[in-house]
Amino acid sequence: MAYSVDFNLRPIMELELESLRGDDTAQDSMKGTGLESGSRETLEMEVLTTEGRDRLASQMSDVRERADERSEESIQTNLLVRKRWSTTTLRVLSSMPSRSIGQQSRLEIISQCNIRSTQLRRYHRQTQDVSLSSRPSIRGYGIEADSEDVCEEETKRQELVNNLQSLSAGDRVRLLRATPLSLAEKTKLRKLVFSDKVGQSLLSSQVPCCSLLKRALCHIWFGCLFILSSLQLWQVALKRLGGRFGTGVLSYFLFIRTLLLFNVFLFLINGLFLVLPQAIYPPLHTPSSHRVTGLELFTGTGYLSNSLMFYGYYTNSTINTSCRPDEATAGTGCGTTSDPHMMAYNIPLAYCFTIGITFFITGIVLVYSMSKSFGRSFRVFKSQGNMAIKVFCSWDFKVSKKMSVRMQSENITTQLKELLSEVKGGEEEKGRLSGMAVHLLAWSISLGSTFFCALGIHCFAKYMHLRRLEDAEGEVSVLHEARLLALPGVVSCGNLLLPGLFNLVSWMENFNSPIVRLYVSIFRNLLLKVSILGVLCYHWLGKIAAEPEQHGLQCWESFVGQELYRFLLVDFIFTALYTVFGEFIWKRFSQGVLRRRRKPVFDIARNVLELIYGQTLTWLGLLFTPLLPAVQILKLLLLFHMKKSSLLVNCQASRKPWRASQMSTLFISLLCFPSFLGAIVSVTYTILTIKPSSGCGPFRNLPFMFHSGKQWAQELKSTNHKLAWLNWVHHCLVENPLFLFLLAGVFLMVIYIHTQVLDGQRKTISLLQKQIENEGKDKKFLITSLQAIHEKRQYPLSPSSRPQGSELWRKWSLKGECTYFSLKNTGPLWPKSTNWITGLSLRISALT
Amino acid sequence: MGTTASQLGKDLLSEYQELTFLTKQEILLAHKRYSELLSKEDRNLTSVPMEKVLSLPELKSNPFRKRICHVFSTSDMKDGSLTFEDFLDLLSAFSDSATLEIKSHYAFRIFDFDDDGTLDGGDLEKLVNCLTGKTEDTRLTPEEMRQLISNILEESDIDKDGTVNLSEFQHVISRSPDFVRDG
Repeated sequence: MAYSVDFNLRPIMELELESLRGDDTAQDSMKGTGLESGSRETLEMEVLTTEGRDRLASQMSDVRERADERSEESIQTNLLVRKRWSTTTLRVLSSMPSRSIGQQSRLEIISQCNIRSTQLRRYHRQTQDVSLSSRPSIRGYGIEADSEDVCEEETKRQELVNNLQSLSAGDRVRLLRATPLSLAEKTKLRKLVFSDKVGQSLLSSQVPCCSLLKRALCHIWFGCLFILSSLQLWQVALKRLGGRFGTGVLSYFLFIRTLLLFNVFLFLINGLFLVLPQAIYPPLHTPSSHRVTGLELFTGTGYLSNSLMFYGYYTNSTINTSCRPDEATAGTGCGTTSDPHMMAYNIPLAYCFTIGITFFITGIVLVYSMSKSFGRSFRVFKSQGNMAIKVFCSWDFKVSKKMSVRMQSENITTQLKELLSEVKGGEEEKGRLSGMAVHLLAWSISLGSTFFCALGIHCFAKYMHLRRLEDAEGEVSVLHEARLLALPGVVSCGNLLLPGLFNLVSWMENFNSPIVRLYVSIFRNLLLKVSILGVLCYHWLGKIAAEPEQHGLQCWESFVGQELYRFLLVDFIFTALYTVFGEFIWKRFSQGVLRRRRKPVFDIARNVLELIYGQTLTWLGLLFTPLLPAVQILKLLLLFHMKKSSLLVNCQASRKPWRASQMSTLFISLLCFPSFLGAIVSVTYTILTIKPSSGCGPFRNLPFMFHSGKQWAQELKSTNHKLAWLNWVHHCLVENPLFLFLLAGVFLMVIYIHTQVLDGQRKTISLLQKQIENEGKDKKFLITSLQAIHEKRQYPLSPSSRPQGSELWRKWSLKGECTYFSLKNTGPLWPKSTNWITGLSLRISALT
Repeated sequence: MGTTASQLGKDLLSEYQELTFLTKQEILLAHKRYSELLSKEDRNLTSVPMEKVLSLPELKSNPFRKRICHVFSTSDMKDGSLTFEDFLDLLSAFSDSATLEIKSHYAFRIFDFDDDGTLDGGDLEKLVNCLTGKTEDTRLTPEEMRQLISNILEESDIDKDGTVNLSEFQHVISRSPDFVRDG
């Protein structure tokens, strides 16, 4: 019912406002013509008649409204716009500072900019601690409300120019750029602001050379920045993808880019500090006569197993810078030189520290980006305001393809409807029991399949290992090597097929809200991947690494590294196959045979989880295969181009709702929590508790990997007394738990202080909000009083009987109702009443 | 102003670079696109009519395209025609490096369909209709629309005057992480 009232009122409001605006613009345009006086009169007449009309119309709508008023009283009295204001009140309303953003807003923007520049200047002054006397006075912005005053605009502009001129050039440009004015306006301002540059340029010929140097450095710095920004990977491709598929799909590709950067970092650190030294001083290896079949590239065995790729190749020697390469190849004798002045490069130590530092930095970057992303997507303050945010911010202006635009509209409609139904609550929950049963069935299917998959992989791994032991006794053939690929193949098959099953199950479940469906599907997929990786880690670290001799392994680290390498490769191959068959062929099939017009949908969640799986493998393998990040980089590069072209050719945008930023937060946290944390736990476990194999690698003859650091510290103490403090530092930091406790204590304190500050801010905000609400009430009260006074003057016939404020409204509308009825019942009254109205409006014009 | 010249002057280019969030390449590209728009018409025109601008593939299917043109147009005729500088303004506001303030300011003006400086019920209704599209099955029912609008006002109208003004709008938007990215 109230809706219809809304509709009745709308045109009136528009009419009045338009007449107002029409008035202004018409006057502006007429000024030059010399017809001023005449046109003004006609205009006034026009205003009067519109006023008369709207008075009448308001009376009419009033009557209609009376019928609904009892039910909608609260809304009607609450909102300012619902009332019918007189033109004068409307004029006041529309020129209030909070609303003057339309055509005459330049003044307001300029004064805003002005205020900001003053703040900036004041800030600078505080930092410089210099008090200048020539401070232009800034007084009372926004008090003078008449925005048509050109003179005032000029003075304000002049003030702004003065203010800007007292800022540094960089700040000026920044302020100007961030001002929402039109470019022409900004150009004008800029000319004014930089007019003093002519004088400065004369001075600048005598500037000291240090500032010249500074400027040159600035130039170089900006040049570098420019080059960096132009190096932004795949900028054009990403723009194109975003335009076609929206930010959801874009977030997948951005995630690929993030992972790529991580891996480039890993590769650089490992390459510089680990691979490069070892490559320059290669160890003495007996040249093994492996046949080159090409299969080694996939299995990582053969000549690859004795390369920089894997753990086993690295030596436990110390490279000395004084050594010649030919001497170094002559064994580890070179490393044992006890010349104290020579800096030696200890490979085991480098191995230990490089891996540790890469993990440490990766962890910090991950946690930092996660916290930033969290901060961005879940603001601290109450999460209400969902609907407003959805309406104001959900349109993706990047999307430009017609089909995708339609899809987006549909998406937004579904989401809005969903939210509305949530608000309404009290949804009918029919068939709840059967729904529960279906959910139960679905969960048991998915959990059961996950469990059986993990069990199957465990048994298969065991079986394959037994087969390998049998093979090891006989001749090594191509077939045996190819058999190594069976386990990765099976795992990837499971990874590929089970998500399909999960999709089927969730289709059966028929979730009400798509977002729940998405989270459930992510959770199931994640569970699958975690359990698979858990089983594999148990197999590698718990079985093979624990008793390598039993499994006939010389160097179990290399074996595990090879396994991980194979897994990564096979995973990539399966993804490629899925892209070709699952997307390309399926599209052809469904369009050609089934005659469906729908293209397959790009499943973001699944693809991202695959990426996370791959990254976990890389992190796990970092210790055993230092060059694994390089493989991952290649894989990601290929994947990007493959997915991009497949997407452009085959797919359509996902129909699922997709909050890009919340999802990327989720992805980053998934990457951090199960993936990175799992990898770091297993690597730490390996370093701390598993005995490295004695025949190969940098840690041979050591009980545990971390002993290399200890050994080095002791050696250092005995050989070099100047660096003995390093030993002490090592002792304090690594072996003494007190330091860790202290660190944790400081950390906790910082967290506590931050929460306290946050709490205080929250309280302040709620107080401020209350204050704003009160101000709003004041405003309403003032406007109502204004209207009351206005009417008092307008109808001096019964001045005393009219009460003030909102009471007046009820009375007045009653009165309106009476006149309306009299109008309606007696036809001949019409002309008379219009006379009455014009008389009134003449009186208004006298007032205004 | 050199808007119709085939090549932008060096001074002008650096000035534009200073005043917008665009890089040199982007400005040159924009100039190229703009002159392509203009080339079919009379070269002496200083502004491109709205229909031409709307034919750009980036704007063609955007439901807010007309509003965008109107907001960025500085012509006195209020016909939505864009000069080159207006065009640059548009691109600058939509570029990735523009600040939240600029973006929210222009978004507010785009959503303010009747140009009265606040988002009232009518503006919100038009906005929602633009978002949900023209077809019958995606449109909200009147009852849903009323509910939605009253909810939006309840959430974002802090001073309870029945309209959403710029600062309230910016307040809402500052809580949305998607905005900078999407705007």
